[in-house]
Amino acid sequence: MSLSILTSSIGIVLLTVIVELLRRHRLREKYAVLWMAIGAVVVPLGFCPRALDRVAGLVGVASGVSLVLFGGFVLLLLVCLHLSWEASRLEEKTRTLAEEVALLRVAVGEAAERRAARQEAAR
Amino acid sequence: MRVLVVMPAWNEARGLAAVLRELREVRPDVDVLVVDDGSADRTAEVARASGVRVAVLPYNLGVGGAMRLGYRYALAHGYDAAVQVDADGQHDPAQLAVLLDGLAGPDAADLVIGARFAGAGSYRARGPRRWAMRLLSAVVSRLAGVRLSDTTSGFRACNRAVMAHFAAFYPVEYLGDTVESLVGVVRRGYRVRQVPVAMRPRATGVPSTSPVKAAVYLARAGLVLALAVTRRLPAPPPGPLPAQAASDAASEADRVEAGAR
Repeated sequence: MSLSILTSSIGIVLLTVIVELLRRHRLREKYAVLWMAIGAVVVPLGFCPRALDRVAGLVGVASGVSLVLFGGFVLLLLVCLHLSWEASRLEEKTRTLAEEVALLRVAVGEAAERRAARQEAAR
Repeated sequence: MRVLVVMPAWNEARGLAAVLRELREVRPDVDVLVVDDGSADRTAEVARASGVRVAVLPYNLGVGGAMRLGYRYALAHGYDAAVQVDADGQHDPAQLAVLLDGLAGPDAADLVIGARFAGAGSYRARGPRRWAMRLLSAVVSRLAGVRLSDTTSGFRACNRAVMAHFAAFYPVEYLGDTVESLVGVVRRGYRVRQVPVAMRPRATGVPSTSPVKAAVYLARAGLVLALAVTRRLPAPPPGPLPAQAASDAASEADRVEAGAR
């Protein structure tokens, strides 16, 4: 009994945080789907943590709890992988941006020089 | 009234010259800003050759990113109205007048949408795509208190108030550039209305017709709508944006330069 109180309250807190982050525009739609799906799985499991025992038996895992641990671990690995992929993309983009800024600085510098030269000539 | 046409363009080099030529012939009085959204082809070159102003994004941001840049530009350069026009030629420049008329007059709106289903033209959608459009239209119309039959139309005109709002808040997510941005405007309390316009078949590209894609579209439309309606509204548009100060400095520099010539 006390186990399901623990797991269900954690499940609800998790879902609340996810929904609130979404509402504040802190999560984008593509992540929203992932986290809502995770929330939708976690909350019912929290209320009856033993629900997976039968499924666990079917796939040859001793207990539902081990199955959740295993599933959670695989999921976290995938999320980490995805974040690494996103970070690589973002690094590539900041690199492009930095180059762009450098090119703009050159262009602005050249324009300023031309202007100074013109003012010199006009004098 | 100073009007800026903002035209987001992504790999549109093929048809862009003709679209811009027609726009200039029909409406020589409006300024045009083409936002090259990280194209891999010669879009920016073609646009420059047509004599319009071009802003080149270093990489693809999506229509939402390109449009927010356009609205920031329009706001910073003191335009009274900004009109979004697609680069693929499906929007008829002759209809610009219809949109702009909606911004003025006794029942003026802050945002005017050129709607495909409101009588003019012969655009039809079928299957899940049609249901998605129906759902979007029903919910947004209810929020707005007026009938908006074409929420995904990319042919819209806005005044300075909405321009300031869009300059601060213009989602880049899927359908965000049309549906979520529209819901944001409605929830902020700006007046929105639609005018019927006929759209032409696209000059380039073909619309997708796969039923699977249409079903995915329906699901995503529902999600975007649910998010748009429940999400917290962003803070109201602040005073001048940082770009304003930058542009003031730029126009100051222009004046100095012009004086030196």
